[in-house]
Amino acid sequence: MAEFEPVLLARINKPDSTSLASYQADGGYEALRKALGMSPVEVTNTIKDSGLRGRGGAGFPTGLKWTFLPKDHPGPIYLAINADESEPGTFNNRVLMEKDPHQIIEGIAISCYAIKSNTSYLYLRYEYGQSYRALKKAVEECYAAGILGKNIFGSGFDLDIVLHRGAAAYICGEETGLIESLEGKRAWPRIKPPFPAIEGLFRKPTIVNNIETMACVTQIMKRGIEWFKSIGVPPDPANPRDAGSYGPKLYCLSGHVNKPGVYELPMGITARELIEKYGGGVPNGRQVKAVVPGGISMGFLTAAELDTKLDFAGPGKVGCLGLGTAAVVVIDDATSMVDVLFNCARFFAHESCGQCTPCREGTDWMRKILQRMRNGKGTLADLDLLMEVSGSIGTIPGTTICGLADGAAWPVKNAVKKFRSEFEEYIKSGKKSVDPGAHLVGAH
Amino acid sequence: MSGTQSLNGAGPANGGGRGVLSEEIKEQIRGLYPKYPTKRAITLPALHLVHDTYRQVSVEAIREIAELLDLHPSEVHDTMTFYQFFRDEKAPLGKHRVWVCRSISCMLRGGEELLAGLCDKLHVKPGDTTSDGAVTLEFAECLGACEGAPCMLIDEDCHMNMDQAKATQVLSQLA
Ligand SMILES: Cc1cc2nc3c(=O)[nH]c(=O)nc-3n(C[C@H](O)[C@H](O)[C@H](O)COP(=O)(O)O)c2cc1C
Ligand code: SF4
Ligand code: FES
Repeated sequence: MAEFEPVLLARINKPDSTSLASYQADGGYEALRKALGMSPVEVTNTIKDSGLRGRGGAGFPTGLKWTFLPKDHPGPIYLAINADESEPGTFNNRVLMEKDPHQIIEGIAISCYAIKSNTSYLYLRYEYGQSYRALKKAVEECYAAGILGKNIFGSGFDLDIVLHRGAAAYICGEETGLIESLEGKRAWPRIKPPFPAIEGLFRKPTIVNNIETMACVTQIMKRGIEWFKSIGVPPDPANPRDAGSYGPKLYCLSGHVNKPGVYELPMGITARELIEKYGGGVPNGRQVKAVVPGGISMGFLTAAELDTKLDFAGPGKVGCLGLGTAAVVVIDDATSMVDVLFNCARFFAHESCGQCTPCREGTDWMRKILQRMRNGKGTLADLDLLMEVSGSIGTIPGTTICGLADGAAWPVKNAVKKFRSEFEEYIKSGKKSVDPGAHLVGAH
Repeated sequence: MSGTQSLNGAGPANGGGRGVLSEEIKEQIRGLYPKYPTKRAITLPALHLVHDTYRQVSVEAIREIAELLDLHPSEVHDTMTFYQFFRDEKAPLGKHRVWVCRSISCMLRGGEELLAGLCDKLHVKPGDTTSDGAVTLEFAECLGACEGAPCMLIDEDCHMNMDQAKATQVLSQLA
């Protein structure tokens, strides 16, 4: 296979990659100009026909989502950009914002034109200081150059982009949690329906899209539908519900791998190829034990499942929740799955918003059971208890409002099922894990 | 400030125009009005402005923010406390805030050891501030810099590929 030429990341290593001048020297904002010469419906259809699916985790077809907005609505309609990026292992949005903010702003402007929105709020996790600085400067440059504000390029289209910083809470990435947070409230996800397209931010029709999705919108407008569809994996003819996995994808690679980083590759590369060919394999002569395929919410692949394709359909075929954020975390064979799973469970217990009892209590029970195991006091019955709790929480069993609980359940279900013998041995041996912070307990 | 501090109480802290927010901060908050259709949406931006400047959001500051945003103080308080990010007057931030990531990619590469080591070095527990008020040290969940694990955030800048020696070095250079 010929080496894939990056598109979304094409500019990140250029000197001065963040400036408007350098972006325009590379043909920047020509795609916006092109879109403004089309009708909003034509732009929406372009994105729809490209087969683009959202990059934020759920993989919902982007153009289709835009068509859910009420027709002939008097406005305002909002575009809320999800830059809360907090799924452990994920950092591709950060790289895009820090290194090529204008590619994102162009995608936002094209999308707003398509959905007839004149205001976009970009919800940025607070910890992304450099992203904030890069975006702020880029937005200011755009206002000064007439690319944002009133009557953009003389088209009569007006657009404001407001940067809004979060406050270190994972749940603000869930789209209705984000909306509540933007409104100045606690980020308690809403019961759906109504979906945001009908009643979202400030009770107005709202589209929520991810940063990488915006970068794809820019490139589809620039290069066309055929280009996008020439990359990736077409729908499986045997599965009428498969919408395919077209386009390039930013895979985040981290953990026990020689060359961690963000890799832009055609959708559908296998975990093995990503880890071995691009990541340079596992350090210290060790082997892969497990791989997180798309952020910890998605569960685990075993070493025997490395040939799984990392497209929207692949991870689900081996019992994972999905592709998620395509954040691939490699875990070597010297690492205990008990420790890995405890780390995941602790994350979700910490980040549950507390609104639904099964999630608030269930995530903490799972954390406590795993803590007990790490203290050498686990029992074999604990494994069944973990399966029972993880099987009872989430939108899939229908007991919770949002998908955080499904994401909390999945690594537990996968680990206990796929690595059961390791868990059993750990429990039977009475082994304890080393907690470097054990003497610091009592901290918040 | 005297008297019991309660959000609703018309105690001494409530009267007399002894505001804690500077006119400059208030102007910055008012400057955000045109960007949002409701004043309530300015709650987080206002909390950030106050928190960054004063290293805490006190009961009196909550009251003043509420007044600027036409809210009841309990509404601002409710939002503020949901995000465990903001400190009140009982545990204000030190001059610098240092977050060490404890999530999976960092944990696999020594993040937990880094956090514990820095706690020992600075004689604090996660969440505490050094006795000289220079550094508040806490754990973070994934900082979105996993390719540089383990990493830490100091105020608004991320430092990647840390180890005990490098982290100590960076911390010693803080002004
Ligand atoms: C608990 C939870 C956290 C999420 N975090 C994020 C996030 O940080 N960024 C993101 O884009 N989507 C996140 N999502 C998905 C969003 O709800 C939503 O599907 C997405 O932002 C839509 O954008 P897209 O269609 O462009 O992918 C999260 C979902 C859940 C359930
Ligand atoms: S599932 Fe969990 S995170 Fe989602 S709304 Fe319910 S309690 Fe909150
Ligand atoms: S896990 Fe530490 S930065 Fe992502």
